[in-house]
Amino acid sequence: MIASILGYGAYIPRYRIKAEEIAKVWGQDPDRVKLGLLVESKSVPGPDEDTATIAFEAAMQAIERAGIDKSLIGAVFVGSESHPYAVKPTGTILASALGLNPKHLRAASFEFACKAGTEAIQAVIGLINAGLIKYGLAIGADTAQGRPSDPLEYTAAAGGAAYVLGPKGDSKAIAEIERVESYVTDTPDFRRRQGAPYPEHGVRFTGEPAYFHHIINSVKLLLEKLGRDINEYDRFAFHSPNGKFVRNVARRLGIKDLSRVVSLDIVRKCGNFYSGSTLVGIARALDKANPGDKILAASFGSGAGSDAFSIVVKDRITEVKSIGKSVDRYLNRAKYIDYGTYARYRGILVMD
Amino acid sequence: MYMGIIEGTFPPRYRREVKYRNAFVGWRCKKCGRVFYTPRKRCECGSREIEEIELPREGRVVTRTVVRNPPKGYEKYAPYAIAIIELDVDGQKVRVLGQLADVDLDKIRTGMRVRATLRRIRAGRRGLIEYGVKRVPIEE
Repeated sequence: MIASILGYGAYIPRYRIKAEEIAKVWGQDPDRVKLGLLVESKSVPGPDEDTATIAFEAAMQAIERAGIDKSLIGAVFVGSESHPYAVKPTGTILASALGLNPKHLRAASFEFACKAGTEAIQAVIGLINAGLIKYGLAIGADTAQGRPSDPLEYTAAAGGAAYVLGPKGDSKAIAEIERVESYVTDTPDFRRRQGAPYPEHGVRFTGEPAYFHHIINSVKLLLEKLGRDINEYDRFAFHSPNGKFVRNVARRLGIKDLSRVVSLDIVRKCGNFYSGSTLVGIARALDKANPGDKILAASFGSGAGSDAFSIVVKDRITEVKSIGKSVDRYLNRAKYIDYGTYARYRGILVMD
Repeated sequence: MYMGIIEGTFPPRYRREVKYRNAFVGWRCKKCGRVFYTPRKRCECGSREIEEIELPREGRVVTRTVVRNPPKGYEKYAPYAIAIIELDVDGQKVRVLGQLADVDLDKIRTGMRVRATLRRIRAGRRGLIEYGVKRVPIEE
């Protein structure tokens, strides 16, 4: 056991755009899109929302569920590929708004395409185990960008989740992270250059050598080290660029029961949260967990790498479930908007 | 970048105001317990001992107005609602003014429960992004 999860919180904006609405604008076949990606709609941030505001909502809930004195939080690490500023940390904005104690507080913005959130978790675990901090906040959130008419436009969504982490054996633990394994190679499947408004991707190249290769390797490494079979886990959360990739990776890893993969419903209704994707998945798995359950989660970040986590749920999970909002409540609220409103909210229309 | 012009809020002003814009801060007279939403040097009871407190996040809408012709810089968010929100601070009713977000304008009602969150107040293409407290409906 390397660290405890004391509290968690997720957030997904209320606005949604359906695949049909996007397909209509670009003259594409919506059924082909929906079957190809297994995504029906995606979340859209409101005009006044960004990665910092999403992270704030998630963090508030995580702190509330943790039930700790928030002045003991010693780190605010935010993983995203859509930080509000190119230079100026998101964590300082959050720390101030959350009312954290500025003394002995560390804050940093993390970046590793879609796995910046799980990197932030690992960095906080490292600080805790080094004895530099007692509690830390690790967040993954994004308001993802997809070039208009690109296949990514159907999935690039907004959402995030936050975790209050503490030392192993903490009395407030709702779950323990028992092991983390990472796997990283230089694979140029997806990138965005400085100043470029939208990312570029290698279409099919994003699958086999990137998503599948890295997730399968990190998960196999984790299972090997723990000497465990994948079907011993009760729930699974994978990075979800689309539903099809998640379903395929689950099958290839030998998961027998796909209903245990909690990420599938999230990506089908709300799309890909990028750095928030795996973290919202873990939050949904915790929402559904009972004491003693085991959760396996694996992120994927383009460029490329994957972090696999093995999490064991503790008794206190039953106490925190009534606090705050479940991921399913966010999934089930939806205010559908048309493409024009979407374009306005996302700043696609140039006004100045 | 042309260093002579700073777009948006002037950084020293942002730094002075950030706590009161982003956090949920109020003030309380240590002597009579009266709570204020705006900072004061002196309470109505005459005391100068005033402490800063964290205000509750939840409140109720008392009344609202809808801004359809926004000032410059707020066009993106219009039409939006500004409301008077009543907070219950240990039994004391304190009224605050604030913008509502994520709300259907025709569904705002007196007594509607709202919760404070962090949102962008104004942001240009350059310059500082101004964050601040907005209130969103609590879904029952």
